[in-house]
Amino acid sequence: MILELRNVSYRYRKGALALDDVSIGVGEGQSVGLVGESGSGKSTIVRLMLALARPTTGTVLFDGEPIVPARLGRFRASVQTVFQDPYSSLDPRQNIESIVAEPLRSLGLARGAEARALVTASLAAVGLPADALRRFPHEFSGGQRQRIAIARATVCHPRLLLADEPVSALDVTTRIQVIDLLAELRASTGLAILMVSHDLSAIAALCDETVVLHNGRVVEAGPTASILTAPREDYTRALVAAVPRLPLA
Amino acid sequence: MTLLSVTNLGVHTDAGTPLVHNLSFDLAAGERLGLIGESGSGKSVTSLAVTGLLGAGLVATGSVLLDGVQVVGAAERRLVPLRGRVASVVFQEPLTALDPLMRIGRQVAEPIARHRGLRGSALRAAVAEALAEVSLDEARISRAFPHEISGGQRQRAAIAIALGSRPRLLIADEPTTALDVTVQAQILRLLDELVDARGMALLFISHDLAVVSAMTRDVIVMSSGVAVERGTIDRVLSAPEHPYTAQLVQSARGLDDMLGTR
Repeated sequence: MILELRNVSYRYRKGALALDDVSIGVGEGQSVGLVGESGSGKSTIVRLMLALARPTTGTVLFDGEPIVPARLGRFRASVQTVFQDPYSSLDPRQNIESIVAEPLRSLGLARGAEARALVTASLAAVGLPADALRRFPHEFSGGQRQRIAIARATVCHPRLLLADEPVSALDVTTRIQVIDLLAELRASTGLAILMVSHDLSAIAALCDETVVLHNGRVVEAGPTASILTAPREDYTRALVAAVPRLPLA
Repeated sequence: MTLLSVTNLGVHTDAGTPLVHNLSFDLAAGERLGLIGESGSGKSVTSLAVTGLLGAGLVATGSVLLDGVQVVGAAERRLVPLRGRVASVVFQEPLTALDPLMRIGRQVAEPIARHRGLRGSALRAAVAEALAEVSLDEARISRAFPHEISGGQRQRAAIAIALGSRPRLLIADEPTTALDVTVQAQILRLLDELVDARGMALLFISHDLAVVSAMTRDVIVMSSGVAVERGTIDRVLSAPEHPYTAQLVQSARGLDDMLGTR
């Protein structure tokens, strides 16, 4: 496992239990979808998995060991993230080169010409032209911005991409393009993906395994196809049934 | 007389940027119409133009006849009698549509008092009835502030407020986009039942083809401010004529197919 939550519970200071004995993990090259509605604990899991918060009980393991400060650099180089809103996740005052180079800079991985080569390659991999380097976030559409965020997350060749609702803010035509891009990156680089989403179709498109979260607990986990077609739990059944479907052609 | 008649509607900014161009459609009493479009298509601006709610800096041209009254260029005092009585709007985000400093009960009471002239115990009874109609528990919700209840409950309250004035046209602008999928299903069912029960006309605006297909039979597809296609949702889905619609339908089908067969 690259990253694993083992018997993790998380309690807010005021006492509400946000996560209750949750165990999930992502191995090398795996793709796992985490689906849940508001208040299910999705965001708390993301914060714990990014080592931005610590569990109340249980452990978060990176390569089988706790994330202690001495391992944080290696952890950040291995686990990168893409957020939901491409309008607030890119610094409006930095140009695209500077934004995408951020992980290289802050992790001390590359500088100068070497960094520029990596940034150019990363932008090319997400389908953005090299002349994007000198431009600024406001010159790009939502879908293009999400590509920039993906370029930033993958520029240091991480092993795991944690994508928190990466397509939820996008139009349907753009959504499918970004899903395709993530699938391509997975296929070409062996990148493991943990995608958090309330959108079952996005998870179905990208993830082999699905974990269903409800009120801070894992209610069901298994291959995505069987979660969708033969859910075992009542909650999963209700969730799948509630997804609006197109009339049959 | 048609309840809503939109002819050559245009909306542009002060600077001259066109947002909606040459849009025409009619909606008779009791009919339903879906407006489908992605961000920037002009669908929400259209709903604002129809009710004369365009913000400063936006200019409407053409004609919008709402219950026979010209909305385009009309003075505010001409529009006030139309709002609520003829047309009400349910917006996407109930947290911003509701007043955060006012208890839900008072917000629901306001349009009922104004439009139906009820006071005192009759008003209280009408508020209880309005909340019950959207399946909210009057005793608990009436005294709550918007932040104290869930997103689904807030949208139910917003629907109760919109319907309190007994409008003949309900405009629902992405009414379930901010909601969880199980809550979305409940709200759509509720809207469908209420619109039917009251014989209201419905202008339903959404980016989601599957959601629209659950609510209306006739649709207009908008792209960059222009109606690129209109027809029944079944025909639009099975045989889209405009390239943009074809791309939209293909994307939606692609995502739908991911969910497997039914």
